[in-house]
Amino acid sequence: MRFPEWLRGVSSLRDPRLRHAVLTLLLLATGGLLVLAAAAPALARHAKGAPVVLGGCAAASVLIAAGAVGGLLGGPDALDLPFGPPWGPARVAIDALSAWFLLILGLAGTAASIFALGSLHGPEAPRRLLPYPLFLAGMAVTLLAADGFTLLLGFEAMSLASWVLVAHEHEEEEANRRAARIYLGFAGFGGLSLMLAFGVLAGGAGDVAFAALREAPPDGWRAALVLALVLAGAGSKAGLAPLHVWLPLAHPAAPSHVSALMSGAMTKVAIYVLARFAFDLMGSAQPLWLGAPLVALGAASAVIGALRANLEEDIKTLLACSTIENVGLISIGLGLALAFRGADLPALAALAAGAALLHALNHAVFKTLLFLAAGEVLHGALSRRIDRLGGLIHRMPVTAWAALAGVAAAASLPPLSGFASEWLLLQALLASWRVGDLAFQMGAAAATALAALAAALAAAAMVRFWGLVFLGRPRTPRAAGAEEGGRLVQAALILPAALTVLFGLLPGVMLDLAEPALRLMTRAAAPRAGFVAIGAAEGGARYWPLLVALLLAAAVGAVVWAVRRRAPAGVARGPIWDCGFIAAPHHLPFGDPSSQPTASGFGQPLRRMLGTSLLAAREGVTMPPPGATAPAVLQSGFHDPALVALEGPVPRWRDAAAAQAERLRDLSIRQCLGLTFGAVVLMLALLAWLEAR
Amino acid sequence: MAVVWSILSQALHIALIVAAAPVLTGVLRWLKARMMGRRGAHPLQPVWDLLKLLRKTPVLAENASVVSRAAPYLTAGAAVAAAALVPSFARGMALAPLSDLIVVAGLLALGRVAMALAGMDVGTPFGGLGAAREMSFAALAEPALVVAALSLAILAGTTNLDAIAGAFREGGLGLRVSLGLALVAMLAVAVAENARIPVDNPATHLELTMVHEAMILEASGRHLALWDFAAMLRLTLWLALLSAVFLPLGQAPAGAGPHLWIVGLAAWLAKMGALALALAAFESAIAKMRVFRVPEFLGAALLLGLLGAVLLFVSTGLT
Repeated sequence: MRFPEWLRGVSSLRDPRLRHAVLTLLLLATGGLLVLAAAAPALARHAKGAPVVLGGCAAASVLIAAGAVGGLLGGPDALDLPFGPPWGPARVAIDALSAWFLLILGLAGTAASIFALGSLHGPEAPRRLLPYPLFLAGMAVTLLAADGFTLLLGFEAMSLASWVLVAHEHEEEEANRRAARIYLGFAGFGGLSLMLAFGVLAGGAGDVAFAALREAPPDGWRAALVLALVLAGAGSKAGLAPLHVWLPLAHPAAPSHVSALMSGAMTKVAIYVLARFAFDLMGSAQPLWLGAPLVALGAASAVIGALRANLEEDIKTLLACSTIENVGLISIGLGLALAFRGADLPALAALAAGAALLHALNHAVFKTLLFLAAGEVLHGALSRRIDRLGGLIHRMPVTAWAALAGVAAAASLPPLSGFASEWLLLQALLASWRVGDLAFQMGAAAATALAALAAALAAAAMVRFWGLVFLGRPRTPRAAGAEEGGRLVQAALILPAALTVLFGLLPGVMLDLAEPALRLMTRAAAPRAGFVAIGAAEGGARYWPLLVALLLAAAVGAVVWAVRRRAPAGVARGPIWDCGFIAAPHHLPFGDPSSQPTASGFGQPLRRMLGTSLLAAREGVTMPPPGATAPAVLQSGFHDPALVALEGPVPRWRDAAAAQAERLRDLSIRQCLGLTFGAVVLMLALLAWLEAR
Repeated sequence: MAVVWSILSQALHIALIVAAAPVLTGVLRWLKARMMGRRGAHPLQPVWDLLKLLRKTPVLAENASVVSRAAPYLTAGAAVAAAALVPSFARGMALAPLSDLIVVAGLLALGRVAMALAGMDVGTPFGGLGAAREMSFAALAEPALVVAALSLAILAGTTNLDAIAGAFREGGLGLRVSLGLALVAMLAVAVAENARIPVDNPATHLELTMVHEAMILEASGRHLALWDFAAMLRLTLWLALLSAVFLPLGQAPAGAGPHLWIVGLAAWLAKMGALALALAAFESAIAKMRVFRVPEFLGAALLLGLLGAVLLFVSTGLT
């Protein structure tokens, strides 16, 4: 018997009172976060205020994670709150799908809050302290909501609170102001799209409670419209191409623990909204093609994100691009699940949905870890630019090794967590030919190639990130004098690193835990593969992470033993053999930084191979005229086509609209009154028409 | 009894593939030398080289971290673990349930990442250059491999290597165009993954063409022995993989006793010898290509793999 099933079998867990207790616990944690946000301005004046707020956030996150596990083991529960919008109560509920994402939020929030607590130095400004609990509470409200209004309320609170945090250093750098501006635009656009999606889904009845929405699933063009609006709203928040351009700008601009939450948890909340619409609210009788846009956009995001991660020179931007890649992979999984469900292949649908959910969890944990490690690097070595770092493994060993666990998971190396979920995703892709439609088969084959390309590109990006930041020689004196953070910071890094290893070794247990969510999404359970394995199908391929890890350990142990028997112990040390370079001058004690690979140099092969066609990358050498002593200059760069498309026409449209609106000011009083009168008549006509229907 | 045979065949397989790795490389070098009109070193020369290197104390750069010391063991260990999963003379070995093609690719990726990080450890330009190129080539080789695996998975219903070999041995699938295209794609991936001509030249230290050699330029002593051994094992693994999937002739079925192993062993040695001969002839006949032509080479492999999958879709759709 499987472990979570056994736990679920315990009768006291089936007690409805326990389910109420779980939901109450989650609501109390969310309410506590809101109270902390309200008290933050007052608390910020005291020396002990900031630790209280951040410690409270950590405690609330732990409670949310515990409640989520309770929700996954127990069962669904719903509650109508005694307050809400004028037309009815605010409804909250917990089911397996929201519990799974609450678990993600709880884990990421715990690590990020502990990190924030550990890296506090003196009092914190209220504008940095207040939005943080509000951000966490907004995400929790979104996940707990059981009607459209509450969901949008939480979603907007999440967007606005994170926007304040993105803009927290707005007076210092123009780049941060630009990031905040673009982020605000996208947040508004996303919220508006979701609002319209709820409107189209609710139709004339106008009841946006989830229970009412499920009663009338859309079909035909309405289903397509809802999906398009949700993809625009939640997809832009999650970072799906081509609406991903704000993400590499905004995520790095926030404080590091907030970047970790934005990449680790907020994108997952957006994925949750997408899954809630596509799998639950839109009903289960949707056609096959509904999954196609998710697969296509996911594959495009995965490749663009992974390629950009190979070219970016700022570590936090690099990690944000890797988030785009992983969101793309999750989206491929969700799209495949939708298509399999539409083609009446429930077991495969559960496999693909399981891959997506597992990857969402794994990515949340390892990306939180990597962003926190990047924050610690920024704190220790005072730079985010790869070309100003280097050799940090000697100065910051704990950060380096914790980050290596995240890097290996992000590079999808066995036996870490990223490999397990990407293995499942590849199995789902390799089974996609079972959908009989030839066009879908060919598209899925292309998506398979793109997903594999993205995974391998991510491995290259992660080698570049870890190798250039932590290995080699320091490139600046600051990097040479970097120092490890305090104990809390180290704990905040070790916790997600340990979870990355644990989830990598026991993906079967996590998949079993997610089983009610898979049932909710696909009406089927993931293929059973026993306690320690995950499987593609009954009797199909299996992945046994524990055994693979044991085999690897045994092989390495055997190699060590065999070498030890013959080879002399110890090593001799000598200067670096630098292939005939002249020795560095005395004022450069760590050698000449320019004799090390640079961030752009390391990205050169991929920039030439793929960047020229996908990201309009260019390289040019400017030679000095003959006889001049000026050096030759090599210039290289790239730009994201989506950003160019956005920054070109959109400001032009805005200016044109503003110019048209300006003309209203020149109207005479009669014309102004005429406009008002016309508007009133129009409204009355609309009302009469609606009444007549 | 079957359990004993499976464990025994697994142990024998590991011993065989570990022992065969340096000999195969030696035979390959000897064959290439003969084809080019040289006498060539003794086929056992790589074994002696490894033993000589093991006796020497490695010299590390002053600022080398523990990565430089641990990575060779990890890469060699990952190669041994991956090689243990690829069937050679018999199917149904003890680790057969683990022998997933994607897991094998993952273990090889683990070794590759460890090697790239070791190349970057002391911060020399060559190490970084080699690591950047290695990871970039791998990024293009991986999709070609997965697309080839797609064809295999459609035909065999799984990505388990043992099951694929069994299906191709006994399923009577006959000759299929898709399988041929998948074979070409996997051959191209094998050439790229093993740093062979035309992607890389394993015999040079020419700066501008180096990929694999550039990463291990700093290594010496037992570390260099481990790097070399891991590379040899990877080549053996790839040839064994190709022969297990595409030439399953003579392989002893699961549960068969030692009498069938001898047939399987002879067949395996013959197949590996034939593949080594083909590789030597191929490498002697063509020149190494420019580094930035490699994407075209691997892109063509990817397209062939996709074409094979599409042909399968069409043919299964028609029947």
